[in-house]
Amino acid sequence: MEKIVVNGGLKLHLLKTEKYKTNTIVFKMKTPLTKEDATIRALLPHVLQSGTTTYPSVMELRTYLEELYGAVLYVDLQKKGEYHVISITMELANEKFLKSDEQLLKKGISLLAEILLNPKTVNNDSFDEQIVEKEKRTLKQRIQAVFDDKMRYANLRLVQEMCKNEPYSVPVNGYLEDVDQINAKNLFNYYKKSLAEDELDLFIVGDFDENEVVSLVNDKLQFAERKPKNISKTSERKIEKENVVIEKQDLAQGKLNIGLRTNVSYGDDDYFALQVFNGLFGGFPHSKLFVNVREKASLAYYAASRLESHKGLMMVMTGIETKNFEKALTIIKKQLQAMKNGEFTDAELVQTKAMIQNQMMETLDTSRGYIEVMYHNVISQAKVTEELWKEKINDVKKEDVLKVGEKVQLDTVYFLSGMEA
Amino acid sequence: MEKIEFKQLGEELYYEKLDNGLDVYCLPKKGFNKTFITFTTKYGSVDNHFVPLGSNEYKIVPDGIAHFLEHKMFEKEDGDVFQQFTKQGASANAFTSFTRTAYLFSSTLNVYENLKTLIDMVQQPYFTEQTVEKEKGIIGQEIQMYNDNPDWRLYFGTIENMYHNHPVKIDIAGTIESIADITSDLLYECYNTFYHPSNMLLFVVGPVDPKEMIDTIRVDQAARPFTDQPEIRRYFDDEPETVAEKEKVLKMNVQTPKCMVGLKGNFVNQKGDKMLKTELSAQLLLDLLFSRSSENYRDLYDEGLIDDSFSYDYTQEESFGFVLVGGDTTEPDKLESKIKEILLKAKTHDNLSESALTRIKKHKIGTFLRALNSPEFIANQFTRYAFNEMDLFRVVPILEEITFDDVKKVATTLIAEERLTVCKVLPKN
Repeated sequence: MEKIVVNGGLKLHLLKTEKYKTNTIVFKMKTPLTKEDATIRALLPHVLQSGTTTYPSVMELRTYLEELYGAVLYVDLQKKGEYHVISITMELANEKFLKSDEQLLKKGISLLAEILLNPKTVNNDSFDEQIVEKEKRTLKQRIQAVFDDKMRYANLRLVQEMCKNEPYSVPVNGYLEDVDQINAKNLFNYYKKSLAEDELDLFIVGDFDENEVVSLVNDKLQFAERKPKNISKTSERKIEKENVVIEKQDLAQGKLNIGLRTNVSYGDDDYFALQVFNGLFGGFPHSKLFVNVREKASLAYYAASRLESHKGLMMVMTGIETKNFEKALTIIKKQLQAMKNGEFTDAELVQTKAMIQNQMMETLDTSRGYIEVMYHNVISQAKVTEELWKEKINDVKKEDVLKVGEKVQLDTVYFLSGMEA
Repeated sequence: MEKIEFKQLGEELYYEKLDNGLDVYCLPKKGFNKTFITFTTKYGSVDNHFVPLGSNEYKIVPDGIAHFLEHKMFEKEDGDVFQQFTKQGASANAFTSFTRTAYLFSSTLNVYENLKTLIDMVQQPYFTEQTVEKEKGIIGQEIQMYNDNPDWRLYFGTIENMYHNHPVKIDIAGTIESIADITSDLLYECYNTFYHPSNMLLFVVGPVDPKEMIDTIRVDQAARPFTDQPEIRRYFDDEPETVAEKEKVLKMNVQTPKCMVGLKGNFVNQKGDKMLKTELSAQLLLDLLFSRSSENYRDLYDEGLIDDSFSYDYTQEESFGFVLVGGDTTEPDKLESKIKEILLKAKTHDNLSESALTRIKKHKIGTFLRALNSPEFIANQFTRYAFNEMDLFRVVPILEEITFDDVKKVATTLIAEERLTVCKVLPKN
């Protein structure tokens, strides 16, 4: 069972288990996603992992990580609903499996504190300018890389079109045109501000002495109390007209991405029924999309749907020949209608629930999966335990799926088309 | 049933070779929810020229057939086996590589039922002309998906440059044209040749009782009518050590150019500890040269030639092997010459350091331990190693044994100007 210890502005989540050969540390900081701050925020963790007071360059920091038996350190950014979350992840070998008595977890926590609280600065009021300039360049390349990955690009474009006037349309890495406005000084100010205001969570999963870890964290990672900024839940939306956007590019395969509003998000009572709806519609190989678009019509290699749980969206994606656009769209709409009509058997319902349970149990088998599941509760301010989750999925009945289906509405069809046709 | 203990790692592995030749392994994992099972044949995209079972003559089969066969194994007279797995709460999948085809599932419930479904699926083929035709549309879209993927095109373009004759240069899925020639008869011919239990390995990892698991598999296999099969005869043309082409440029719909330098391997026909040692030494060599703690990485990054997409890798199989180094870059020509320069300098050991090696070895041991958290890694890698007569659990002892001299020797043998090649993806406009 997860144990939570609150110390000032930091919430520490501990899970003690002997399952792994490593200990995993994940630090998360969250704030509402905004167009203004997205880019500077996307840069911040990359600058933090590029130099500290003790390890002033990437080379020195990475050398130290290798000394710690190949400790893993990486940073990433996520959009969780309309929150922008920075994560710093470390994974360290558990010393009990090594011919060594180095205290790796202890050193890992200290290093995390060093990265967060003692970055390389100039006079303690600015980051190192060279580091910032290099990371700005890489951020630009990261933003641009989406264009070259057509599946990611189509998804990004769908969200931009569908959520035009909502914070959710802001890309996780920000905007190319905003990168040049960042400098070592204003980034440092943003860093100070976010450490003071963001909601902070630290997860540690592995086999360790809990008391020792708690006192080490309390000693090394002290943050003042704060009242985290929360966004209000989006109200239900009625869609008057389906939006259709077609963009042409030189491609071998067209990408058809469709966005639906579910008006249900994580923590809502009918969220579990929505999970089942999604599973039957496009979540698994027995789902309507896989069976009808791929297996029966032979139109695609992939055809699936997934939930954006904290935003109340369902995303359909498939890759097809450009000339099959209408055909595929018709089949997908027909399947959506079939779901709303309750055209699925009890056996399929049971099967879907079993698959969802299986998926969750497998996620919980990995330390990072476990942490992501626990973090859902931080985002949604819900308290869904593993047991409650299982029970609620199990309880979903056909009428619940039908009822939640009434709320699901097609919003935007985005087609990244090839040049022909 | 044999039990092999790895005390330092806290793992136990159980093994039995069954009467029909099938190798069965079971690694119990306490505390895990999921059981993961792979059933793998030593048959991949490179096995396209062989003597079919019951014949005396070598035959060449269409490109992409091993992968096509993998897709078709999921379809039976009474429907799609995917559905059977999901009914039993399992996620099933399969993949085809250069040298292997693996079928797998993971589930937290009904493990034995799912095991039976997996074995039935792999050991009872069912192909008809009609289902084969239908699959051509699906695989056609899989091929097109990869055709639009610049990283995949870069990867395959580099491999294509390296090889004159070896079938590793053929895309695993084939082409839309090549799969058009696939028939159900051809699928049966490949199936019968390569899917005999004596060419296969079954690996179980998860919270199971190893004795019960291996007993079940033994009883299952004894009841199936397999007769002994002669050794498979595969044919490979002679392959020169030099690369086939020094450079290739692909124009694609991208914004950022990409550059990949390939170094064609010359360690062929190795196996066992020898192969493991070569592979690990070559990987350590690359870590020394290109890891984020290296001076080279720092210089390349500082000069703006690389970003997070930069990667490097060494793979070795029985009949081929290669080094790949590269990623996205705004200056592909400059990155190409820098990478080549670094590699050639390493041939004479000018940029290799012994103290860095000690540290890199620690890093590699920690990385291996971390990988052991993953049932997928254990099952897949163990199988790949076993097909090359290597032992996954020898990685740490062999790593500890590798000296600076070993790494230097590998550098001298492996690196040569005439085995270097480059592939670039450039924006169309």
